Amino acid sequence: MSHAWTLTLFRLRLAMRNRAFLVFGIIIPLVFLFLFSAVFARNGGPAVAYVLASVLAMSVMGSFWGLSQQLVIFREQGILRRFRLAPIEAGTMLLSSIASNLILMLPGIASEIIVAHWVLHMDRWGNLLSVFVLSGLGAVTFAALGLVVASVANSMMETQVINQLLWLSFILLSGVAIPLPSLPGWIQEVALFLPATYLVTGLERALINFASLNQLGAEIASLGGSALLAFFVCRKIFRWEPEEKVPRQAKLWVAAALIPFLLLGAWEASRGGRLNEANSIMRSTFGEKPKDAAPAAPSNR
Amino acid sequence: MSEAIVQVRDLAKRYGDVEALRGVSFEIAEGEVFGLLGPNGAGKTSTIEILEGMRTADGGTATVSGLDPQKGGAQFKRSVGAVLQSTSLPDKVRVGEALNLFAQLYGVHTDTTRLLQRFGLEEKRQASYSKLSGGQKQRLAIALALVHEPRVVFLDEPTAGLDPQVRREIYDIIEELRRDKKTVLLTTHYIEEAERLCDRVAIIDQGKLIALGTPRELKDRSAGTTRIEVSLAKPAAEGELNGLEGVTNCRTVDGRTVMHSTRPPQTIVALVKHLESKNNELQSLEIAAPSLEDVFIELTGRRLRE
Repeated sequence: MSHAWTLTLFRLRLAMRNRAFLVFGIIIPLVFLFLFSAVFARNGGPAVAYVLASVLAMSVMGSFWGLSQQLVIFREQGILRRFRLAPIEAGTMLLSSIASNLILMLPGIASEIIVAHWVLHMDRWGNLLSVFVLSGLGAVTFAALGLVVASVANSMMETQVINQLLWLSFILLSGVAIPLPSLPGWIQEVALFLPATYLVTGLERALINFASLNQLGAEIASLGGSALLAFFVCRKIFRWEPEEKVPRQAKLWVAAALIPFLLLGAWEASRGGRLNEANSIMRSTFGEKPKDAAPAAPSNR
Repeated sequence: MSEAIVQVRDLAKRYGDVEALRGVSFEIAEGEVFGLLGPNGAGKTSTIEILEGMRTADGGTATVSGLDPQKGGAQFKRSVGAVLQSTSLPDKVRVGEALNLFAQLYGVHTDTTRLLQRFGLEEKRQASYSKLSGGQKQRLAIALALVHEPRVVFLDEPTAGLDPQVRREIYDIIEELRRDKKTVLLTTHYIEEAERLCDRVAIIDQGKLIALGTPRELKDRSAGTTRIEVSLAKPAAEGELNGLEGVTNCRTVDGRTVMHSTRPPQTIVALVKHLESKNNELQSLEIAAPSLEDVFIELTGRRLRE
């Protein structure tokens, strides 16, 4: 565990020397927050909280891109094989990636909430404990999913393609870029099987309805379960060497990381509660469905 | 020879259809500087990476300090240090920080200032890895390999791609390791490196160990001979020059004729006369004392260089 902490501190120091951290971790999410608020929440109030939930979800899901690319770069440049010589395990490397990402994400999350409240006149704080727990858990889950992608992909190009496909589906189909109730019915049904849906609807509930951790049990259990499974999977198929290729059957392990969402999606599809709640939150926030719904998806990072 | 700290028996490794190692065996005594000499693709890196625990062998056994590299775990990793042929560090990491990090990972308290001084990097302590020259990066790689005071040090082509001055600096470091009684396994395709640095040399080619001994023992294979290397206007036929006075063996390598002679002046006179009679011309002629390259040529008919 001490090795994981040593590597986490090391990664934090490296990130602080990188301008990309400031740009992608703080500035770009704030730009999106101002942009979305200007379009959908000009008068402040609960609409800002609704927009904030989307921007927070996007920031959290950014972990997905950052970590998968970093791991592939480390592998392709032979950095991982240098670390392999030291007495550390694959799990230690992965844990330090996830932990440093979580710590680095917190200032961004805090700044978005503060700006939403004090600059954009958000009329509530929501349940801040729930917001931070969901954001933190989401960061861990999406970071672990990103590491699974990096473990499965055999090159940077392959990583980019997989990331684009997953990122676009998360952003466009799960209520992040376009509110869930504004999407066609069949897409709403598909959205119930996506991890991003539980992150964004959970954040909406925490920010707008003050949902407590108890009330967010399904979101927390599915994100947590998925994070554990994803960590197990990427540890199992982790590769230190650039020329090692992942066996085809190992790619099936990736599906395991999504099991909690498949189960939750099937359960939610049968009871229909989540879509009703998403609809009710949007109506209570905007009074009615906003015509062109919300924010456009950002391009990849 | 004192007790072997590295033992390799019938090592085999295959990459698809390519047999990289075909039954390589050798032992290295504690405190010995041992060289694996061979051309690119001979199997040197496969051998050293199996010993480092970076690759698994398809056959045979390997132990380092009595431990199996694949099963020795942290104890094995603490007993060896390695400079890999293709490796790197993150661009933004600083030199002193990298040494401290690896010292922490090995769980040792190392005087990093002393290490930096020893490797001429004290002025670069705060420099980012991306700002270092090739030679500085290689010195840092060696410093990192030694940060935990390992018993066995693996150096895979430590001077490849470096300019002659930096190469000499690396030689000095390896000489220092010898004085410190470290066991060193060094791979190289530079003859002078093996001759100058190694107590014993194993010559490896196409996955097989073809000669093993001290540089002197190996060169003694060509004892009492001088190498005469000539280039001719028209290539000599196979065996055409074998009968010249003093010639013990003659091969064509990369279009040049390499002869070993016990009586060089007589051989040269005989060669000139022979070429005149064949209406051929001598374009260049080099005479040298035999080196490990001659041993390699004698055994394989090829040069060590690609």
